[in-house]
Order: sequence, then structure tokens, then C-alpha cells
Amino acid sequence: MSPAPVQHDTFVIERRLASSPARVFAAFADQKKKARWFGCVDGWEVAQHTLDFRVGGREAWRGGPPGDVPHQNDTYYHDIVPDERIVWSYAMQVGGRRISVSLATLELSADGSGTHMRFIEQGVYLDGYDGLADRERGTKDLLDNLERALREEA
Amino acid sequence: MLNHSALDLVFQALSDPSRRAMVERLGRGPASVSDLAQPLDMSLPAVMQHLQVLETSGLVRSEKAGRVRMCRIEPKALAAAEGWFTRRRATWERRFDRLEAFLAEEEAQDATQAKSSKPRRRS
Repeated sequence: MSPAPVQHDTFVIERRLASSPARVFAAFADQKKKARWFGCVDGWEVAQHTLDFRVGGREAWRGGPPGDVPHQNDTYYHDIVPDERIVWSYAMQVGGRRISVSLATLELSADGSGTHMRFIEQGVYLDGYDGLADRERGTKDLLDNLERALREEA
Repeated sequence: MLNHSALDLVFQALSDPSRRAMVERLGRGPASVSDLAQPLDMSLPAVMQHLQVLETSGLVRSEKAGRVRMCRIEPKALAAAEGWFTRRRATWERRFDRLEAFLAEEEAQDATQAKSSKPRRRS
């Protein structure tokens, strides 16, 4: 199997959240809070999650589906403006294979009593991703089912 | 959403559980609007609205066959959504769903605490 070429992608997710920017920021800055939403995929086990939230600080996340290959996420924080902005880069490995390196920017601004959140990810996807059985459920399963159905139809 | 690229529309369309159920149903083959409505416990006008979002995204196509509106999956839009880096986006969308649920829980907790400790001032 020849390695897949490196690919680049940028995407933007915008949401309006009912909580204040300070509260949203805290959900990223506080390890206990972040652990409640970041990596808690149904049925996944979290083996490690450490967060040193400051410019130059690091975050490490290890976990995955029980008995399956470990997922590893290593983050470095480049820029932090409380309640307004976080810039970090992170590298992902699955089963020891490097699958991606990304630059992520989170922008928060007050929107009435809530927050307008803008998340931008610029990623480089490495060949480690190719041939990797994707363990994530949800959209992926849905698309797989559809693809199969379409193939059968054709 | 500000960036209305084709992929954004697909993800927007798939962000709703009812619409996902409709797409999943159509993945098994073409269906009429009432076929789609039946397992959803939803009025026909509501289903038509969801169908419109799916059609705008390009994921689903529908046409009238006599008195029945038949819907089918549109393979091209799906191919655009299959790229593996879209999974990364899907991962973050789900993460942010959990973030929203967590924040809602915090807000609810605060509201309860504020009520129970009303006579005193909270620091």
C-alpha cells in the first residue's frame, strides 16, 4: 500500500452559545471542566488528561475505545487572551501512527447574554491516517452506511 | 453560518437527528414523504421542512410521481462529504455539542444554587 499524499484542509465552525464568554473560556481553561466535554466520547476510556493552560503550556490526552488502539492528542498553547482567544497547535496519533498536525484558533465574543464562538482549524493530514479503521461513530457511520447503500444501488 | 460552501450545507443538514434519520432511511432506498414521516412521529409539514433543508444541501432529491413525492439520496453531495478530513470537522461538531450540554448543566446548577442561597450573598 503506497502512502496517501499529505493533505491540507481548513474549516470553520461558528456557534452561538447561551453562556457568557467567561464561562465558555473556563470550559477550555480548566482541566476538570474540559474533561467533561472534550474527550468523553460514549464508551471511550480516558487514560490520561493533563492540561497546563498558559502560553507555552502543554496538554496531553490519551484514550480510546476499550481494548482498541490508543488515541493520542498533544497540544501546545501559543496564545491566550482570557475570555477572547486561544491559539493552539496539536498533533494526533492513533495506534502510534501520526495522523495529523493542526493549528486551531478559538475566538469568543459577547453576543447579548451569550457568546459568539468561532473555531478555525488549519490541518495537515499525514499518511498515517490512510488505511486506518476509523473508530469514531456518528457522522462517519452514517456516511459509511450511505456509501454502502449507494454502491449496492449502482 | 457565514461560509455557505456546499460542505457546510451538508453538515448543517446532518446536524439534526430527524434529518439524519431521514437520510439513513433513504440510504436503504427511495421513499415517499409519508414513508419518511412515519417512524419520526412528526407532521407532514414538519417533514417537508426537513426535506427542504436536505434538498438545499444537495444530499436528497425529490420528485412528484403522480400524487406521491418520492425522495432519494443524491450520490454526488455525499461524495463531497466523504473526505476523511470532514471527519475531523465532525469530531469538533460533536465536541461542541458536548460543550453546549456541559455549559447548560453548569447554568442549571447555578440557577439552583442561586435559588437555595437567596438570603445570603454569594461571593
